[in-house]
Amino acid sequence: MVRVAMTLNGNQVSGDVEERTLLVEFLRGPLAMTGTHVGCETSQCGACVVHVDDMAVKACTMLAVEADGACVTTIEGMAGPDGTLHPVQEAFREHHGLQCGFCTPGMVMSAVALLKENPKPTEAQVREYLEGNICRCTGYHNIVKAIMAASGQLAGADSARPGVIDA
Amino acid sequence: MHNFQFVRPTSIKDAIRELESDEAQALGGGQTLLPTMKARLAAPEKLVSLLAIPELRGVRLDGDVLWVGGATTHAVVARDGAQAFPGLARLAGQIGDPAVRNRGTLGGSLANNDPSACYPAALLATGATVVTNAREIAADDFFDGMFGTALDEGEIISAVRFPIPQASAYSKMPQPASRFALVGAFVAKYPDGVRVAITGASEEGVFRWSQAEAALSADFSENALRGLSIEPEGMIADIHGAADYRAHLCAVMTRRAVAGAI
Repeated sequence: MVRVAMTLNGNQVSGDVEERTLLVEFLRGPLAMTGTHVGCETSQCGACVVHVDDMAVKACTMLAVEADGACVTTIEGMAGPDGTLHPVQEAFREHHGLQCGFCTPGMVMSAVALLKENPKPTEAQVREYLEGNICRCTGYHNIVKAIMAASGQLAGADSARPGVIDA
Repeated sequence: MHNFQFVRPTSIKDAIRELESDEAQALGGGQTLLPTMKARLAAPEKLVSLLAIPELRGVRLDGDVLWVGGATTHAVVARDGAQAFPGLARLAGQIGDPAVRNRGTLGGSLANNDPSACYPAALLATGATVVTNAREIAADDFFDGMFGTALDEGEIISAVRFPIPQASAYSKMPQPASRFALVGAFVAKYPDGVRVAITGASEEGVFRWSQAEAALSADFSENALRGLSIEPEGMIADIHGAADYRAHLCAVMTRRAVAGAI
């Protein structure tokens, strides 16, 4: 066992783990942060994407001990303290960027990383960046649309919302 | 995954000492090693992370050579190598996906020498030099068949020196699930000739296509490749592609690399 300490969503956390503990296991188990999902555990699907020192990584393919001393941000750290959604989360809600929602935490974390690197991506760049995030509902269209909207590039967003029924 | 001891030395010297013990294994970004350990295809007793060693990290322009530290991630090569050596930076920017590129390292990829990895093509096509803690190894002598390299037990790749070509490009047909190269071709043009290296295709791992090198050295154009082909014999054949398909892709990817060379 080894002691691991990190800053998680702005809070100091620590725990004793076996060296083989994956970062995602540490997050979901002892720390009870279950927003980060495990889809494939083979670094294909991207449901477990979190930020480590501001970089998107697959938490199923990194050891908890490798994140010792790092700043880790998960989906739980995206919304404001008062529950106000992050602009990317808000865009996913607004544009129906999720169906079953399983891939959504990873999609949002990847999208936030993309917009930080490239605030005005083209649609092709969005799709390329999401290469490591799989949505088995195949709902990519609205995910891409949500990210374009979050980057402020969706013209006439209110009038073009297929799949969303205005009450 | 079986349990192991984990250490994170901060100097090459300490890393070498840690690697002296039996069943110790160097760890780069772990994007191949950790999945391999999960599948219990590897079970080291000790992992020696190389990521906290500052002298193994970074990209530096050194005259007409690009120096890349062994523990430098693909994302950093894609970003910091773009100006000096765009062909290499674009190759790095096509490895895996963004999250994998934020962890995976040059040295890790080379030490593993997956027959479908991208970096081996860049090293072989540029005649790069692999610098280890003990010696320097020419790319032509480094790769030794599938998953084989000239590295000794406990030897660490500290850096790679890439002679920067006048023009170069990497063209890859990705295997869409793994994002490894089904076939990838790296073409590099130098004042004294052109080098072509192909990855993903051969059962022997990365190789130079000497016929294409001779043709392109005489005339660096797509036309020069007309009529040249590689025999399917010795090509990898699996559910992702038959041997003759891979052989065909060798010529197509080389042509595309020549057309896209910058």
